[in-house]
Amino acid sequence: MSEGEPILSIRNLGVHYGGITAVREVSFDIWPGEIVTLIGSNGAGKSSILKAVSGLVPCTGEIRFLGRDLKGLAADRIVGAGIAHVPEGRGIFGNLTVLENLALATWQRCDAKEVQADRERVFDLFPILRARGRQEAGTLSGGEQQMLAMGRALMTRGRLMLLDEPSMGLSPVLVREIFKILREINQAGTTLLLVEQNAHMALRIASRAYVLETGSITFAGSSAELLGNPKVRAAYLGT
Amino acid sequence: MDAKYILQQALNALQLGSIYALIALGYTLVYGVLTMINFAHGDVFMVGAFLCFSAAVLLELPFVPALLFSMAGTALLGAAIERIAYKPLRRAPRVSAIITALGVGIFLESAMLALNPYPKSIPTLIDNVTWTFGGVTVSSLQLLIIALSLGLMLLLDFVVYRTKTGMAMRAISWDRALVPLMGVPVDRVVTLTFALGGALAGAAGTMYGLAYPVIDPYMGIMVGWKAFIAAVVGGIGNIRGAMIGAFILGGVEILVVAFLPSTYRDFVAFSLLLILLMFRPHGILGKTRAQKV
Repeated sequence: MSEGEPILSIRNLGVHYGGITAVREVSFDIWPGEIVTLIGSNGAGKSSILKAVSGLVPCTGEIRFLGRDLKGLAADRIVGAGIAHVPEGRGIFGNLTVLENLALATWQRCDAKEVQADRERVFDLFPILRARGRQEAGTLSGGEQQMLAMGRALMTRGRLMLLDEPSMGLSPVLVREIFKILREINQAGTTLLLVEQNAHMALRIASRAYVLETGSITFAGSSAELLGNPKVRAAYLGT
Repeated sequence: MDAKYILQQALNALQLGSIYALIALGYTLVYGVLTMINFAHGDVFMVGAFLCFSAAVLLELPFVPALLFSMAGTALLGAAIERIAYKPLRRAPRVSAIITALGVGIFLESAMLALNPYPKSIPTLIDNVTWTFGGVTVSSLQLLIIALSLGLMLLLDFVVYRTKTGMAMRAISWDRALVPLMGVPVDRVVTLTFALGGALAGAAGTMYGLAYPVIDPYMGIMVGWKAFIAAVVGGIGNIRGAMIGAFILGGVEILVVAFLPSTYRDFVAFSLLLILLMFRPHGILGKTRAQKV
């Protein structure tokens, strides 16, 4: 699993909000092509780690992406460097149409032809978005909004995609659909870092997982190891 | 009161409404991206009028270059105000930003007063021809003001609804915190928004200075408030609402002056604001946005 350079390398990451420590001394690596999941309960610091990586919150420690130090880089430059973030709650722009949401994500790209090809690819993955193209994104259902958020992340051409609770608020059928597509996206070459409370689904597609408790990693291993661990099972899988 | 008189007043209303609209758009643009009311904006309009004066008198420029000079100057001024005065307060309480905006406005008025203690008059930059159609008098200046304003409004509408920059502005008004995740440099788009609003105010200042006899450092206060009312009446943050609000306000003012003592004008304008907001707190086109889930 650990061959070559990691795509993302995090060392002693800390995130503090005022006097509150959300993440402390977190270190881990992700290698190209992997699906890695961070699981943990509400408030464990999962989202904060993603926000620190994409530059939305200030942090201490070191974050390297493809060997490049991301420290001090503004969030929009981090997108340009190749990290796409699908935020918690989807974060689509409800006053923009579906097509505009997808187009906005290509702000830093100037390869019009490739952009068009990528949009076709997104529409192939999520055919419903093609039908909804000129509709305001705020009128989409929760599942469609999640698809749009993922489609938008693909349009940035990120090599690493961060996903924050993509299953939140969706029906089990839709969650299975979303996870199936996530696997397809991964097989097409995008590395995934997946934050989930739905540990069942996350461990099914991830090769490795980290368990986060009150801001620190308390368990790390392959998905199989986690599924076999009685403590993890009791705390996060309810079995 | 005959049809001619009403038609004549309608033309005057269109002219006044055009000027209000150009200024109202600046309020609404800035509110859209920062949910902040830029109370210095009326004074940017005033600076626009003085820049046109300088271009016409000191540089002896004809109309089009003078207009462009004024618009470029106020665009720069708008952007500079944002960078210097507002950006450091982006995370401060909203009251601080409002007080700062009022302060910037007073600063601009005082600076202009220091530079120009006496009211000025902009020379006629265009040949003002008047035509009379069946008793209704139309001047070329009036037509120019209306046409130019409508042109600038169409251009702005195009920028906001048809370009990627406009897309980014609208996205910022929905959720500023998430826009960087699209790779969009939010600060640059915000500054550009102030520049756009400034340019429109400069155009308004130029046209106001051509249409009305004098310009002075305090001219932006009342006109600025009126344009602000127009933006609120239309639904602040809404581009088309600002234009509609401006023409309604222009129309109401002209009607008041036509049928009532002219001293009633501002009283009626501000009453309109109060009454409308009682019934439609978000303005004509403003919407209460559903909370995001």
